[in-house]
Amino acid sequence: MTQSLSPARAEERGFDVFEILARFAPTIFLIALMLLFAIMEPRFLSSINLFNVMRQVSITGLIAIGMTFVILTGGIDLSVGSLLAFAGLVAAAIAKGGMQDRFTVGEGVSGYGWPLAALGAIAVGIAGGYIQGLAITRLKIPPFVVTLGGMSAFRGAALQFASGGPISGFDDSFTWWGQGRIGPVPTPVIIFLAAAVVAHIVLRHGRYGRKVYAVGGNPEAARLSGLNVDRIVLSVYVIVGFFAGLGAFVLAARLNSAEAVAGTGYELTVIASVVIGGTSLFGGSGTVFGTVVGSLLIGVLLNGLVLMNVSPYIQQIIIGVIIVLAVAFDTFAKSRRRRA
Amino acid sequence: MKTLLKMTGVAKRFPGVQALDGVDFEVMEGEVHALLGENGAGKSTLLKILSGAQTADSGEIEFAGAPVRFASPHAAQGAGIATIYQEFTLAPDMSIAENVFIGREPGSRLFVSWGKLAAETRAISERIGLKRLPLTTVRELSVAEQQLVEIARALSMRSRLIVMDEPTSALSEAEVANLFEIVKRLRAEGISVIFVTHRLDEIFRICDRYTVLRDGRYVGAGAVAEANVDRIIRLMVGRDVDLLYGARPAPTPGPIALEARGLTRRRDPRDPRATELIDVSLTLRQGEIVGLAGLVGAGRTETVRAIFGADTLESGEILIDGKPVRIESPEAAMRLGIGLVPEDRKKQALFLQLAIRANLSIAAHDQISALKWFVDERKENALVESFKRKLNIRMTGPDQQVSKLSGGNQQKVVLARWLALKPKILIVDEPTRGIDVGAKIEVHNILVEMAKSGVAVLVVSSELPEVLALCDRIVTMRVGRVTGEIARADATQEILMSMMALDEAPAAGAA
Repeated sequence: MTQSLSPARAEERGFDVFEILARFAPTIFLIALMLLFAIMEPRFLSSINLFNVMRQVSITGLIAIGMTFVILTGGIDLSVGSLLAFAGLVAAAIAKGGMQDRFTVGEGVSGYGWPLAALGAIAVGIAGGYIQGLAITRLKIPPFVVTLGGMSAFRGAALQFASGGPISGFDDSFTWWGQGRIGPVPTPVIIFLAAAVVAHIVLRHGRYGRKVYAVGGNPEAARLSGLNVDRIVLSVYVIVGFFAGLGAFVLAARLNSAEAVAGTGYELTVIASVVIGGTSLFGGSGTVFGTVVGSLLIGVLLNGLVLMNVSPYIQQIIIGVIIVLAVAFDTFAKSRRRRA
Repeated sequence: MKTLLKMTGVAKRFPGVQALDGVDFEVMEGEVHALLGENGAGKSTLLKILSGAQTADSGEIEFAGAPVRFASPHAAQGAGIATIYQEFTLAPDMSIAENVFIGREPGSRLFVSWGKLAAETRAISERIGLKRLPLTTVRELSVAEQQLVEIARALSMRSRLIVMDEPTSALSEAEVANLFEIVKRLRAEGISVIFVTHRLDEIFRICDRYTVLRDGRYVGAGAVAEANVDRIIRLMVGRDVDLLYGARPAPTPGPIALEARGLTRRRDPRDPRATELIDVSLTLRQGEIVGLAGLVGAGRTETVRAIFGADTLESGEILIDGKPVRIESPEAAMRLGIGLVPEDRKKQALFLQLAIRANLSIAAHDQISALKWFVDERKENALVESFKRKLNIRMTGPDQQVSKLSGGNQQKVVLARWLALKPKILIVDEPTRGIDVGAKIEVHNILVEMAKSGVAVLVVSSELPEVLALCDRIVTMRVGRVTGEIARADATQEILMSMMALDEAPAAGAA
């Protein structure tokens, strides 16, 4: 059986060079970019620098993994940066045992420990996602509007919770999650890659993953195939909330501080990572692998531009242009496929 | 009487279908002309060519004595032909006046003269009895009033020919009477109207002459006064029953598998175009194929969607194996052993970006799971492979994108999705729409095999030969109501057509 199938597959691949190119375009672009930077700036390829790049993208990368689920259903979540700030403050307050010692740095602080802090951050993230998911599925409000509201509301909640100021100074077991290493690899990078592997397996081989693609590809057909579309849509916002919470914990650990303005603008980087990675904003197609590549691409680009002393203003312009090009490419590939 | 429009030998081909094949069509000045035909006879294509939305491959069109060829709807409107589609083309949040004069607002190059706009709209409104202020927002109007706005727009363009596509399908009886008064007034002013309808009784109330199309060909025309319902029905369905279908002995029906009692959904003011269902009841026995026949807007699709839990009902009861059940979602219907192959394959059934195996197995994850939460791809491929053989699906492999299959093979994938669940009741809505003859016969054989194995099959189809060939029993619907039931042995296309198109079923057809 397998033998009779393989020639057909090969034949298909042979015919559709364009589709293969489209699928791996982000990876090819990433490698090309790395080669370019390596030639122009040898420091770029040092392992310290490469791990640095990965550590820098690990927080937005984590959230981008969750965002991949959301965008696969044809949704969007603009609230992740705000939700991250709020969840981070909750984690910090738990780690510090309340607000009275919020600025005390170093030993002698009696908190509830990092495990409860991490759980707290994740719980806040999940709750935030759940509330927004309910609004989207029950009240039938577009995700863009709901999460635009959430973006403002969670930021407000964060500011109110911490009275505007930071909460800093955690013990070493907490900060290890952001600053530590296992061997040469920074802890956040390990968390990011581990989460990516799990998410990849869920989407590629899980029954749940199949349903996410089905709902994103054609919600009406999904419903008529007996899927509970609302429950699946709700779940993806819970998932992105989970990752925003996890990201909040790791970020607080890395900075040894949590503050209400943390994560400002993250939603753009996160959505850009997913979209540059080839996930369609219309839903139904995309991969976690693509999102990881998209995250790294943005990190490499920023890092390389910094090494080459390009001004941060120009960096933003370049990132913006790349987002638009990535979506234009996706739309182009789709219209081509439709014609074929 | 002078000829206003003369179409000669108009032909139009779409990939795989000859939609129009040398059609002749003639409309006189100041007459109401009925354009008739079954679903898919070519009426819509002819109207699209007339209104400039599509161009003919060949043939000539003469309008007001001059040869014309419309490249766009704008050109047709400029020449004096306005078309009012079933789906209105109004901007709901703009006023009546703005809609009537959209793109042609009176005033200078830069500014609209609101006074003039309102005054001219008021003058036209009076002509057709639209009793609303010109600056009323269209959203606030009833469907009938919105239709008047469309007519007002046609008049404002000084149209000499107004095409109305199924203008009465969303109107109440009083509104229909009002519309006919207005059409009569237009006729008195010398304006011609082409009237497309599925309701044969209306032809005799309003139309002067008629033209019948069948399978894209002209089959006849004449004066309504000299015709009768029987003659028109015979013209509409006149082809021989397809010889492709072999006769099938009527099976001995098993116990009742599904019973629907009094399914009702009244018109929803928020969605006035949705077809009503009024007291729809039907039964379905094991091992039996029942056809649900009716014209567009009869409520067939709405009925099966309601049974499947895809749409909500106001009242009504559904019994499965004699036990009352509540079906509030397709998920619930699926658990009760009901499957539905929906009307529109691409919009409602397929995930076009996904592979064949993901499409085929989406409802059958329980059978192919590993460790409860994962898909075992070997089991999945085996499932696809078994249906590939059983249903003769022509494909390269389970990983092929479903969008790359032909329509017939796509339909087999959708059928396989449900067959994999071994349903007790299988509902198929237009199972052979848009697929070639060979695949059509294969799909029919699959349904017959299903019935033989004891499944209760309900078939919705607009093709009468298909209904007659496939079904053991046929239930007809018209405008949301069941109008009759007939055994296949007693049915002919003529009898079915009159049950579908007239208020009362003829004595021979009533069960």
